[in-house]
Amino acid sequence: MSAYIIRRLLYAIPILIGVNALTFVLFFVVNSPDDMARMHLGGKRVTDQAIEAWKEDHGYNKPLLFNEAAAGTAALTDTILYEKSIKLFLFEFGQSDSGRDISEDISQRMWPSLAIAVPTLLVGLAINITFALLLAFFRATYLDFWGVVICVAMMSISSLFYIIGGQFLVGKLLNLVPISGYDTGLHAWKFMILPVIVGVIGGIGSGTRWYRTLFLEEIHRDYVRSARAKGLSEHWVLFRHVLRNALIPILTGVVVVLPLLFIGSLLVESFFGIPGLGSYTIDAINNQDFAIVRAMVFLGAVLYIIGLLLTDISYTIADPRVRLD
Amino acid sequence: MIKIESLARKLPESPGAFKIPGSIGRVALFACLLTVTIVLSGCSRQAWNDPYRAGEAAGPIFYSSFSERPKHLDPARSYSANEWAFISQVYEPPLQYHFLKRPYELVPLTADALPEIRQYASDGTLLPDHAPASDVAYTDYIVRIRPGIRYQPHPALARNDDGSFVYWPLDDETLDRVDALADFERTGSRELVAADYLYQIKRLAFSPNHSPVASLMAEHIRGFADFSERAKAAHDALPRQGGMRPWLDLRGLDMSGLAEIDRYTYRVRIENKYPQFIYWLAMNFFAPMPWEAERFYHQPGLDEKNINLHWYPIGTGPFMLTENNPNLRMVLVRNPNFHGETYPVEGSDEDRRIGLLDDAGREMPFIERAVYSLEKEAIPRWNKFLQGFYDNSGIGSDSFDQAVQFGSGGEATLTEAMRERGIRLSTAVETSLFYTGFNMRDPVVGGDSERARLLRQAIAIAIDFEEFISIFRNGRGEAAQGPLPPGIFGHRSGESGVNPVTHEWRNGTPRRRSIDDARQLMVEAGYTDGRDPATGGPLILYYDTPAAGPDSKAMLQWYRKQLAKLGVELVIRATDYNRFQDKMLKGTSQIFSWGWNADYPDPENFFFLLYGPNGKVESKGENAANFRHPEFDALFVEMKDMENGPARQQVIDRMVEILRVESPWLFGFYPKAYSLHHSWYRNAKPHLMANNTLKYKGVDGTSRIEAQSAWNDPVLWPLGVLLAILIVSIIPAVRGFRARERSRAL
Repeated sequence: MSAYIIRRLLYAIPILIGVNALTFVLFFVVNSPDDMARMHLGGKRVTDQAIEAWKEDHGYNKPLLFNEAAAGTAALTDTILYEKSIKLFLFEFGQSDSGRDISEDISQRMWPSLAIAVPTLLVGLAINITFALLLAFFRATYLDFWGVVICVAMMSISSLFYIIGGQFLVGKLLNLVPISGYDTGLHAWKFMILPVIVGVIGGIGSGTRWYRTLFLEEIHRDYVRSARAKGLSEHWVLFRHVLRNALIPILTGVVVVLPLLFIGSLLVESFFGIPGLGSYTIDAINNQDFAIVRAMVFLGAVLYIIGLLLTDISYTIADPRVRLD
Repeated sequence: MIKIESLARKLPESPGAFKIPGSIGRVALFACLLTVTIVLSGCSRQAWNDPYRAGEAAGPIFYSSFSERPKHLDPARSYSANEWAFISQVYEPPLQYHFLKRPYELVPLTADALPEIRQYASDGTLLPDHAPASDVAYTDYIVRIRPGIRYQPHPALARNDDGSFVYWPLDDETLDRVDALADFERTGSRELVAADYLYQIKRLAFSPNHSPVASLMAEHIRGFADFSERAKAAHDALPRQGGMRPWLDLRGLDMSGLAEIDRYTYRVRIENKYPQFIYWLAMNFFAPMPWEAERFYHQPGLDEKNINLHWYPIGTGPFMLTENNPNLRMVLVRNPNFHGETYPVEGSDEDRRIGLLDDAGREMPFIERAVYSLEKEAIPRWNKFLQGFYDNSGIGSDSFDQAVQFGSGGEATLTEAMRERGIRLSTAVETSLFYTGFNMRDPVVGGDSERARLLRQAIAIAIDFEEFISIFRNGRGEAAQGPLPPGIFGHRSGESGVNPVTHEWRNGTPRRRSIDDARQLMVEAGYTDGRDPATGGPLILYYDTPAAGPDSKAMLQWYRKQLAKLGVELVIRATDYNRFQDKMLKGTSQIFSWGWNADYPDPENFFFLLYGPNGKVESKGENAANFRHPEFDALFVEMKDMENGPARQQVIDRMVEILRVESPWLFGFYPKAYSLHHSWYRNAKPHLMANNTLKYKGVDGTSRIEAQSAWNDPVLWPLGVLLAILIVSIIPAVRGFRARERSRAL
């Protein structure tokens, strides 16, 4: 398995280079450093000198790919490509265009993202699997039919509706929890309830339907028929055999998103005022702080690759027949 | 009928069956814990949905929100309202605006009086105050600050017994221990001296600080540009250590226009005459900076922890920023070293009537702490204001109808729902202008030809900004008759202020001229029925805008309809902000909309937007219309140096007249600010020039907490109903489960 993991990690390098190259082209060809400078210097009294000084201070006055004025390796390293893109491979995110240290920001902001995303995932998973098993248990009945109809309806509703509706109902009409906001440490609990509830309810429709489909696929397999022929009860068949055999696709879906939990949810964090990495990314896009956007795109790519690798490893745990060679 | 207990008894007999009794036990335990939590929470007066920690709201704390995280809190760099909202409470320039007086009036803040202004001829002869501007070679502003003012407690100023600095140089052990400024255990303070003001002016000139006013000040302060070059050269000559250059002590470099006369007095020498400079002395750019702070923040390792001057200001003001988490909240706490200031005793009769002079002569500030929470979305921000968790709020377009209604006379009043909660409304016409401009370099709408002039005038009549204000601004604005908003010297209201090109005075109000007048102008311009004689088809004009989102679609469609009234086809060229800026810089736009918010209450700050040498294409200045008119430019040069008075008004009237006839701008509208505040929040008079107004505000925490408790009683019955439904649904579910099990067994 070690060889497999090393091979997969090596495969990741060209992927990350590709992601970085694409991001670099988008940010520095489509958008010039002058545009960035103007955006950051504001709308008033922006002079050419101010733009040049800003670019120099942020290292955007260097040549893009090759520095003819520099000698030796500096011809390659004293460039925007190296400073702003290659250094990401060393996880040196540097400073944001507004002057804050990106690594420091990420290390602070990943915790609120996790505080919301982890309970949302776990509670959502438990509820979705439970509902899906119930629908599979009651398959081809009115309960199953109406359950699927409700799931489709829930899938069709925008997540914004759940957020605003949740804030209005729970926070404003019932006055049970704060509408939005966050606090540090243990004081954070009352701010987590509503985003988690909204996140879970918003995911029930798609989650339940997806797991129900997995379970129904399994339910018609030969081993299930054999189990029933042995006289096992239906719930025993479902929970002991079907659930276990449906774990691989479930794991595919779950493990791959585990690392991405750090990145948080863009909409939920923005509406609930959660100071996580989701809102960090949204703010950076709105403010054209491309140093942050580049870092977050790179981090997202790395985490996704890690997620896929973890998924492969988890297969071997869920199904001993799978071998990673 | 299947009984639940029989099912529970039977199930464990099957392998892997549900452990219902155990589950019930755990559920019961959780329910008990939840109940205890709820009951305990209920014993407190704090509302369940209170976003703050228990007991806080009863104190003299001001709660508000901010929607956009500030980028820089360095007074040399910061130039936006959302940043000044914080740093203006911390930094103290020598002057400030009187809180109550209108028109706006400058008064001393840390200075003991308004600056002494001395004008000199080129041979150094002292000139009288009213000497012609052409005779003035340079002007000295002499500022004397009050002795005894001290800085807030700050680690940069902490000293050991032997006089050395505690945190300079910083050792690795201390550096490892700190993550925020509050982690430094020791703080110190020192007296404010004149040299601190001079140091800050040097910081404005130091290019790595990216001060947005550097280029402007280089035109006015003697030796500023030269200092800037020398400082830059000295900075570049410093060898990099660990990726950064060491701190450059700007005290060691002289700026010829600056002089420290004594410990508390300094002089700034201005080239020629620049009367507007006094307004700059009321801005944060000219607030004092202790050199120790800059040296402290420049130490290796602190920037990586975001401990720098951009995020941790140091000042002498009434408040100090103790928590700077722009991702969550900003907290200002009363500065224990504040020099003291009393609430103004002068105000209008109206101020007295509405209680704005109730605190006259009392020591400020009235609040101990101000908590600003990050609230990016308008809906939660509005709802939390209604719940009493924010003391004040603006009014978004979504909630406008909920809050404000217009009376028969067009006056804005609060709705019944707002009045029931004791909410109060403050309105003020802003010292801002939103205008639509023509690119005067454009061959169709620009230039000095009579044809183009008439075309611009016709469009100025056709675009009905009264309708725009009604549709898109909920009535929050005033159609502009000229470039100067109310409150700026030179603005005329009433009949004498009407723009005769676009409006006429009827029944005591300005009325927009009929569209027939505009069509007649089009005929005179050679565009009968909007037809372009060159093509025979409709005249096609282009409107450049960065408003490309779906929200702007209705507004852009409205612009098209306005020109369609003349038979002109308006093509919308929507693009992103960067491309829009690019077009403006290259002069490839035709019609555009822009705005300007006054830096200071002087007409020069608006007329310079149309001064020829400030053309956007020519000099990358702020004259986006690239308007150039010899008479206007000459009058501008004359007007900018004049004292306010009848002579200046006369010049301004002529300048406005030129602009109305030439119509490089459609004057658009002056926005009107509407803000709401709760009954427990006092002295909420809008001030459109000053930002350091937090010290005047007061909060009655007891009233607030009573209102919060009354407005936020938790409603529990829907939870009970939900629980009952769940319990009731268990029975048929269990029956179904059993039936299903049996059917499978068959």
